[in-house]
Amino acid sequence: MKADQKSVLTGVYYIDGDVAAGYGALAAGCKFVAGYPITPSTEAFEAVCHRGPKVGTVFIQMEDELGSISAILGAVWSGVKTMTITSGPGYSLMQEAIGFGAMLETPFVLLNIQRGGPSTGVPTKTGQADMMQSRWGSHGDYEVIAIAPDSPQEMFDYTIKAFNLAEKYRCPVMIMSDECVGHMTEKVVIPDADKIYVEPRRFYTGPAADYRPYKPDPDLVPKMAKAGEGLNLYITGIVHDENGYPVSDEKYKSIYVKRLVDKIRLNKNEIIELKEEGTDGADVIVVSYGISSRVAVKGVEMARQKGVKVGTLRLVTVWPFPDDRINELAKKTKAFVVPEINYGQVVYDVARCAHGHASVVLVPHGGAGVHNPDDVADAIEFAVKQEKPLEGVHEFKTRLEKSVFEGGFKLKE
Amino acid sequence: MKADKSGVLTGSHILSGNEACAEGALAAGCRFLGLYPIVPSLEVSKRFLQRAPEVGATFIQMEDEVSALAAVLGASWTGKKSMTVTSGPGFSLMMEHLGLGVMLETPCVIVEIQMVGPGLGLPTRPAQGDIMQSRWGSHGDYEIIAFAPSSAQEMFDFTIKAFNLSERYRVPVALMSDAYVAQLKEKVAIPSADQINIEPRRYYGGPRDSYLPFKRDEDFVPPMVDIGQGYRFHVTGLTHDDRGYPIMFEECQEYNVHPLVRKIRDFTDKIIDIEEKNTNDAEVVIISYGVSSRASLKVVEQARSKGHKVGSLKLNTVWPFPEKRVAELASQVKAFVVPEMNFGQVVQEVERSAYGKANIFFLTHGDNGVEYAGDILAAVEEASQMKETKCGITEWKKRSA
Amino acid sequence: MATQKVNTNKDIHPMENLLRMDRMPHIWCPTCGIGLAVTAFTAALEKANIDPNMVSIVSGIGCTGRVAGYVKVDSFHTTHGRPIAFATGIKVANPKMKVVVFSGDGDLIAIGGNHFIHAARRNIDMLVVCVNNFIYAMTGGQVAPTTPLAAYATTSPYGCVEPPFNIPYLADSSGAVYVARYTALHIRRLTNALTEALNKKGFSVVEVISPCGMYYSRINRLGDGLEMMKFYHDNVEIKHGEDTKNLEIGFQSKIICGKFVDRERPSYMERYNQWLSEVRASAKNPEGKKGA
Repeated sequence: MKADQKSVLTGVYYIDGDVAAGYGALAAGCKFVAGYPITPSTEAFEAVCHRGPKVGTVFIQMEDELGSISAILGAVWSGVKTMTITSGPGYSLMQEAIGFGAMLETPFVLLNIQRGGPSTGVPTKTGQADMMQSRWGSHGDYEVIAIAPDSPQEMFDYTIKAFNLAEKYRCPVMIMSDECVGHMTEKVVIPDADKIYVEPRRFYTGPAADYRPYKPDPDLVPKMAKAGEGLNLYITGIVHDENGYPVSDEKYKSIYVKRLVDKIRLNKNEIIELKEEGTDGADVIVVSYGISSRVAVKGVEMARQKGVKVGTLRLVTVWPFPDDRINELAKKTKAFVVPEINYGQVVYDVARCAHGHASVVLVPHGGAGVHNPDDVADAIEFAVKQEKPLEGVHEFKTRLEKSVFEGGFKLKE
Repeated sequence: MKADKSGVLTGSHILSGNEACAEGALAAGCRFLGLYPIVPSLEVSKRFLQRAPEVGATFIQMEDEVSALAAVLGASWTGKKSMTVTSGPGFSLMMEHLGLGVMLETPCVIVEIQMVGPGLGLPTRPAQGDIMQSRWGSHGDYEIIAFAPSSAQEMFDFTIKAFNLSERYRVPVALMSDAYVAQLKEKVAIPSADQINIEPRRYYGGPRDSYLPFKRDEDFVPPMVDIGQGYRFHVTGLTHDDRGYPIMFEECQEYNVHPLVRKIRDFTDKIIDIEEKNTNDAEVVIISYGVSSRASLKVVEQARSKGHKVGSLKLNTVWPFPEKRVAELASQVKAFVVPEMNFGQVVQEVERSAYGKANIFFLTHGDNGVEYAGDILAAVEEASQMKETKCGITEWKKRSA
Repeated sequence: MATQKVNTNKDIHPMENLLRMDRMPHIWCPTCGIGLAVTAFTAALEKANIDPNMVSIVSGIGCTGRVAGYVKVDSFHTTHGRPIAFATGIKVANPKMKVVVFSGDGDLIAIGGNHFIHAARRNIDMLVVCVNNFIYAMTGGQVAPTTPLAAYATTSPYGCVEPPFNIPYLADSSGAVYVARYTALHIRRLTNALTEALNKKGFSVVEVISPCGMYYSRINRLGDGLEMMKFYHDNVEIKHGEDTKNLEIGFQSKIICGKFVDRERPSYMERYNQWLSEVRASAKNPEGKKGA
């Protein structure tokens, strides 16, 4: 389906990532946004508030993040595409409802502009430490899709993609951006509406009497209906059968809850998007996502100048994780170097899939800044020197860590 | 330090897991409970409230789980050992304050009685679906300690250990139980108070004027003071320096947050609590925790009597994960069998720690409750017949299914 | 520790013993009223003759959330919306503490609204100072639960369409025992009200109307801080004992200030201790038998 002409602000702009994501949501046909102000994601919400009314998108600023996500879950069932926007602490507050949304198979998009954590942390500076939270943050078993854009242009493009994936798989889709990308101002090209593909909702069109809200199609995703069509929907967060009615026996867990994870796990090859460069014959592969992949470019360049054969693998979608591809590459390469702005999250999944075939080196960064490319280059050189694969995740000691913990450091105010 | 007699109900009792947990908390010196009722954790608070007047403990039922944990954090700073108790959805609501507890390095215990999720799931039925959440559920980087008890006795014992580690490392500790263990009535032997070791709070002992709330000792743990002692200190959830004042530079982020991770990661050997059985000569090792280990231990005996060389590794603490020990075992055994009441969580940690050296069989069990020893036995038999090492996790399925 | 650079007598801040001078200058913008609220509060703390060692300030997130960091008592800067819950834990676990929650309208009334009404219902013995600047200022001027109808904010670019909360009415109807409101201009009255509230047993609420020259005034073209103060001067009506129903604040409308509620109700700890002594007196717990 083509995008709606009036929602697409075709043209070339010089805007920041937050605003680009807001415009992307409108272009994707998002008709309801609920949010709560939180640095550094507010600009995205403000962009929707300014432009939304002109293109028929309703927004509401709720009393907190719990309210925001609950409101969008409700709005989905009235038939529209929805999104909420937040950052770290708000994201933690949303965890209960994310699981609820997964259970209801409610398609929605969550834009998380990550900042330094834990707790209040550094609200105005960057971080990538909510990655594992996006996968595991709510209780119970579920799967999500998470996308990590690395530029304002991608914030626009992948917000649209996020909506498309949400509609296709009826699951929560997280845009795991960060403060750097959110506040980065760059050229953003918004194409014509007829060049933007928009996935329509899978509405049920059969006779009302036969409608079963959770009867899956062959790809394990059920068709959706909306309130107000006389279908007498009953939707519950309790484990439910195909009719949507609650069941109380545990045996249904492996039928109805298992499908929630299987619909992503079995379709993952269609969902996963990777960007590879020079991985053939590479001795070291730098695995990164989001802003770290842009910083890594410089480090890779430096290592290449020193003669190391380096390839890069960028995780555009971080979840579901590309287990098979990492495993294939592990057998061909000596090491993976993983720079991320946290003390080790996605690197554990790289290590898991490497199965001992390659060393895995983490270049950590606590947040409130990005990596020093020298560290990435040094980590690459360190990794390529290893005779045989190192056991476990090797934590590379960065310049920042040395300067802070090794002698004579005084904090500036 | 020995336990305070007033909280220890010495003797042999028939208690449910939940009741044993409350007794464990009181024995450990817990004197504040912030709660919000949720099935299947209710008996913990019920028991605690019954015993509170005689023990001198305080409690409050808050308006939701968000505030329940907030109140617990506040109470902990008055010098009272504090805990809260919840289940799946409530645990999700506590995620923000879990992070605050980590950042303020506030000792407290969160008892989580797992039920089937996601969403409202099956509120009365057991599951182990929140294990990864306990490690990763709040935003930002942190490390946490989590226990997984498998019996009423362990509910008592591990609750005490949870309080001790929480004080020792100044970190929130999660007791990840489940609806089955919580409701199970068993014999619980409560020793006398002088046989229970209690970790006292690590109080600051230096001169009053030079107290800095986040000045760390060698092991990265800062000593603490109570409020109302005239120190007039300030703490914040923002990234802070030794004084507890917010500073927004990456150096400070490194200075503040890296030790939060290292104070656990560098001391995993002291924290990790695992029980091994027959692993010396084992070809297959069952790795389990919580209620799953009850059946696993039974299977070890059954399989041994059939001539299979099977051992068991029971994770009393799930976090931090014993990756070194699993790696050692991986080079010795043919396969690991990992039964969990979820669709694959801790098994991923096993896969990561095995470095491709052993096969990994994953069994999900939810549909037949906890009576699945037969399935584990079948998986063990299949695993011991594997000739080559396959990559990745093999999901074991009933042949009939 | 950072040093206090100037230490000659005339340069010592009169409230130095109650402020963290090593953290000055503070982060608040010129024209902001929060500093005045803090001044009034520290003055009240002295007047009320309370041992500062036994006072604990808990703040949430936002501009006013930073107050905890500047007042030199045991102070906690907690999460957004939850200072009342955190403070409840402190008060119940150690009833000797005098607990003060100092936070903004968005923090206490939007995200923390539930905790606000429940603490008032329980009558937890604490003082809540709510600085109301009609907007979320820390994040750059979004609409707040107190933003008057038709006022502009970045997330109400076409004018606010939601009616605001009347904070004294909310506090009164939820059970607060002391409710007062003043603006940042009424520094003496405010100090007196805070002094009175500090010595009051139970859940006390003092609302402080504060100018926000950086966001609220700028977006709504209301002039600078001085003009806002002049507006307060011309448009505030002091009406003690006014029915809290009548205290709504419209866009640039008349603001009624004063002490509206001062009543007695048993506090949470009083009821709790009464229950406790009854239980102990009958030497058995609620289910009538000891232990298992």
